[in-house]
Amino acid sequence: MRIELERRPGMSGFFAIVSPLVALALTVIFGGLMFALLGKDPVDALFSFFIEPLLEVWSLHELAIKAAPLILIAVGLSVAYRSNNWNIGAEGQFTIGAITGSFLPVVFYEWHSPLLLPLMMILGMVGGALYAAIPALLKARFNTNEILTSLMLVYIAQLFLDWLVRGLWRDPAGYNFPQSRSFVTEGVLPEMLSSGRAHWGFAFAIIAAVGVWFMMRYMLKGFQVVVLGQSERAGRFAGFSSRGMIWFSMLFSGALAGLAGISEVSGSIGHLQPSISPGYGFTAIIVAFLGRLNPLGIIASGLVLALTYLGGEGAQLSIGVSDKVTRVFQGLLLFFVLSCDTLIHYRIKVVLGKGRALIAGAGR
Amino acid sequence: MIIEAILLTVITASTPLVIAAMGELVTERSGVLNLGVEGMMIIGAVCAFAVAQLSGSPLIGVGAGILAGAVFSLLFAFLTLTLVANQVATGLALTILGLGVSGMLGESFVGVPGVKLQPIAIPLLADIPFLGPLLFRQDLIFYLSILLVVGVNWFLFRTRSGLKLRAIGDNHGSAHTLGIHVIRTRYLAVLFGGACAGLAGAQLSLVYTPQWVENMSAGRGWIALALVVFASWRPWRVLAGGYLFGAVTIGQLHAQAFGIGLPSQLLSALPYAATIVVLVIISQNRRTTLINTPASLGKPFVPDR
Repeated sequence: MRIELERRPGMSGFFAIVSPLVALALTVIFGGLMFALLGKDPVDALFSFFIEPLLEVWSLHELAIKAAPLILIAVGLSVAYRSNNWNIGAEGQFTIGAITGSFLPVVFYEWHSPLLLPLMMILGMVGGALYAAIPALLKARFNTNEILTSLMLVYIAQLFLDWLVRGLWRDPAGYNFPQSRSFVTEGVLPEMLSSGRAHWGFAFAIIAAVGVWFMMRYMLKGFQVVVLGQSERAGRFAGFSSRGMIWFSMLFSGALAGLAGISEVSGSIGHLQPSISPGYGFTAIIVAFLGRLNPLGIIASGLVLALTYLGGEGAQLSIGVSDKVTRVFQGLLLFFVLSCDTLIHYRIKVVLGKGRALIAGAGR
Repeated sequence: MIIEAILLTVITASTPLVIAAMGELVTERSGVLNLGVEGMMIIGAVCAFAVAQLSGSPLIGVGAGILAGAVFSLLFAFLTLTLVANQVATGLALTILGLGVSGMLGESFVGVPGVKLQPIAIPLLADIPFLGPLLFRQDLIFYLSILLVVGVNWFLFRTRSGLKLRAIGDNHGSAHTLGIHVIRTRYLAVLFGGACAGLAGAQLSLVYTPQWVENMSAGRGWIALALVVFASWRPWRVLAGGYLFGAVTIGQLHAQAFGIGLPSQLLSALPYAATIVVLVIISQNRRTTLINTPASLGKPFVPDR
């Protein structure tokens, strides 16, 4: 038995929409198998993982809280990935954005002003963008691989935050706990609705997604991103600067990751602490791919991945499985997304023996 | 003797980097970029620890680590070689999945005291003053790491199969036309990389710190990837680079222990910062990078039929 690929004449529009759904279904099936192996009732487990969080108003709010950073970061990453710039250090840009955004409420902790919140958000974006400027500079100027440098910077950012909250920025009245002063009310991102905790970060995420969708579809910049990403040579002939694109896509994705960082800290934590993210920056990579690097798709996929976080927490309480299951689910999902995407460009032919073959994705 | 003690710890810290980087070097020489080293390493670490714990034999644990890394890399191979999925994204998926699965598998082993792989003294050589205890009173994995460097170097540059592998990495189209099995060779190269990453992981959980801690690879897989670039895809330079990084890691640990007045976080960040600096220095020279990089690296291959 062997597998052969047959290139389609064009992209299959049918599978472009269906493949993420197939991937989701496969993940759920494999997840059920995994729960069965762990000795849990798969239907029960899947219910408490994927359905239960959707049944209560408060947990829908939690869903929005977790989806906000995922969507914000992933929308930025989609621009970077489409232009063939592999920023995988969003977790670091998130962290630095949280730090620079917290500068005002932590250092000038007595400043009460309606200006505080907008300034925090802007500083968070600037911080994230500047941190992403390091791999951008190294790639544009020295031709250094941005995958490795942006990733190394994640570790450095996390250590920097750790040092800050244990040292310079530690709350003097905080009984030696490693955390900063709590933000004043004017520095806290308010709730969107009176029914629960979900803050304006979610609105930022939706606005960013729609804005980027518009840019990619109707603006020259979006066209440049796609052309340079598919063929740098073609882009050069059109007079587009690939160095300029490195800068644009890295700074843009960094800024959105930074905004996600400060929104998360200001909206749902209220102070800085050594750990501010359950790996949003890495999970956002999955969100970006599951959304097929399309900003509107990313809104949907961000909600799905947020659900895996919530489901993991819930399942830990209700059926006693480890919250590590979340990461496994996320990894599985990305695998299935990537393998199902093959169907968009190829027909998959499983050759069984002489003259017998099964073709997946024929006719479409 | 303090210098000897420090050098011993440098060797222990460098070995996993060298092993994982050697595996990735072979994979990349065949034209495949597997960014999942971190994930394969951590899977190797947890499987090696668990099996050593359950069987009571660290040697069987080492075998399990190698096997686990190889099996895990098969996932990557199937996706990128058979289904021509994006190599960068698939490598990331491998890392994310590896960290998740290892966390789940290892949960019941957290805090369990581990079994350490015991050193093997080589007769006569072990008695040489200074060098003996450093080089000839080591554990099996250290010896394997040296054999690996020698063996890979010989394989790549002195054998016909090695030449074919490099040819595939430089131009898979021509290699295919010449009748070389591109996909099959790449499968084997990915498997080899996975086995090495698994072995490196086994070293972490059975030698370096004989216990299981979640995320214990702590970015070493990524540093190994950087090492391959640093070494411009040459085995001996991987060895040199690996030891350089090992020395930085150990140096900062000793500096922390002596309390030289710098924050510990700054020192802990040193190996990562060093990686960036080294990458910049190496990649600055565009021409040498272009000459050394396997020309088909990361490009998908679909044979025409």
